[in-house]
Amino acid sequence: MKLLHDIQLMFTANMRHILKSPVFIFINMFQPLMYLILYMPLLGGLGSVPGFTDGNTANVFIPGLLVMQAIFGCAFVGFPLIDEIRSGVIQRYLVTPVSRSAIILGKVLRDVVVLLAQCILITLVAIPFGLSLNAAGFVLSLGLYVLIGAIMSCISYSFALIYKVEDSLAPTMNTITLPVSLLSGIFLPLALAPLWLQYLAKINPFSYGVNATRDLFVGNFQSISIPQGFLIISIIAVIVFYWCLHALKKMAT
Amino acid sequence: MHSDYVIEIKQLQKIFVLKEHGKRRQVEAVRGVDLVVRRGQIFGFLGPNGAGKSTTQKMLSTLMRPSGGEVKVLGYDLVKQPDKIRQQVGFVSQAGGANLAFSGTENLVLQAQLFGIDATAAKRSATEFSQRFQMTSYIDRPASTYSGGQKRRLDIALGMIHHPQLLLLDEPTTGLDPQSRAYLWVEIQKLKDEGVTILLTTQYMDEADKLCDTIAIIDHGKIIAQGTPDELKSSVGGDTIVFSFTSSEIASQAEGLLNEHVKLERLNVTDSSVYLTLKDGERALPDLLRLLDGSEMPVQSVTLARPTLDDVFLKYTGRSLREDDGEKQ
Repeated sequence: MKLLHDIQLMFTANMRHILKSPVFIFINMFQPLMYLILYMPLLGGLGSVPGFTDGNTANVFIPGLLVMQAIFGCAFVGFPLIDEIRSGVIQRYLVTPVSRSAIILGKVLRDVVVLLAQCILITLVAIPFGLSLNAAGFVLSLGLYVLIGAIMSCISYSFALIYKVEDSLAPTMNTITLPVSLLSGIFLPLALAPLWLQYLAKINPFSYGVNATRDLFVGNFQSISIPQGFLIISIIAVIVFYWCLHALKKMAT
Repeated sequence: MHSDYVIEIKQLQKIFVLKEHGKRRQVEAVRGVDLVVRRGQIFGFLGPNGAGKSTTQKMLSTLMRPSGGEVKVLGYDLVKQPDKIRQQVGFVSQAGGANLAFSGTENLVLQAQLFGIDATAAKRSATEFSQRFQMTSYIDRPASTYSGGQKRRLDIALGMIHHPQLLLLDEPTTGLDPQSRAYLWVEIQKLKDEGVTILLTTQYMDEADKLCDTIAIIDHGKIIAQGTPDELKSSVGGDTIVFSFTSSEIASQAEGLLNEHVKLERLNVTDSSVYLTLKDGERALPDLLRLLDGSEMPVQSVTLARPTLDDVFLKYTGRSLREDDGEKQ
């Protein structure tokens, strides 16, 4: 009960903070919208290529684009946390009996709520571009985006708590996001990749998430990739949450 | 536990492991501190940067775990019962901790709620503290617009919002203008009158002298002297005379000369000045001046002072408090 109460308190405070400058929620969507408008049309002629079932490129591209939003949209949330560490805000939370998990979950929850809004907006914009999605599958895939976003948030917060300076956080997160997104077949299906690249992708947990959302988008609910994606992504999410919690508890000492 | 003691510390230790150029190095920030703080006192930690004052305070606030020793705060074990302590202790760090994007009221209400106070009571508390610290005219503006003194008041209100029995203030007036300092001194005194026990750290002698009932002088992680301001000052003994010379060579010659001719309690040289402590300085001064003049050691200036806490620090550490501001943890 106390945990829920504390999460609600921290979530409300974090939400109020971001709503003081809501324009950033939209600026954050600029990159995926650019890919949607200026890059996806290039894929039009690839309908017959392996990996593009039904010849519909939008149904393959949009799920990947939303995963990209989840990865890049949440990868840099550690920056404002560093500011909060420096100005003593986090210390001020830590001297109260508030649950330590709630300090992190309040932030992660805020990040994924923002992400949900962004994913829904991008999807709505994508419909005129030929996206024909399965409604139930889409709703389920939102769960995967939320989990992927939460993973990136926790990683970003952990490094923020460990480094406490911006200079080290930016290169670290860039180093993680680029290979992780390229190796999950965000832009083009990995079916196109040479074998060695496909094997490399298999050790990237996010590639299972992308595969699962592609099946969900077209309503291919029998696919084994769906439970596989949820399971792998959930396990990673739990691991990075505890890592982040550990970093918070260790911060002062 | 003695019911009169708010803090009991036995052999408190804190060791940091620093990584420098890939090598691990241990730094003993606090090495074996023993002390008790009585209910209703203002207890001051006086010492230079890096002496271990803030580290000790952070441990007492539960932010840091001690590396060794036994600590009881309000009868609770620091390591085993941190939540009990958090509920009863207020901590105001040097950074402050107000969220600058939020108004003073928003900050205060959230802080109260984090202590489990419900929304209505939290709002009432916020209003109460905004009136008490005379913040009503700006309390609903974003904290980013506050002046240094206004922000400091908010920081202290944040530390007090749950009506703690013990308040930890880390250098409460560092960087403030004289008026804001004077105002905070009055407020801190009022808190004491209401029965709040206060442990503050300071680098300012005048602050320690004016506010504190008991002062512990802390240097290199150890308490080197402790007592009331008067006790500490009288432990220095006599008056202090400072002779300044045109060069440090003359100063060291003068030191030798003075050592031979006068029965001194204490003598120190820093740069081109000689500090000496002796009983009845007023009477001795004319003789000393004649002696120095007669030996071709022209005195540039001279001051005579009753003992201050500065002198206490000098006596126990062999250097002046202002000299080594450099070493920060």
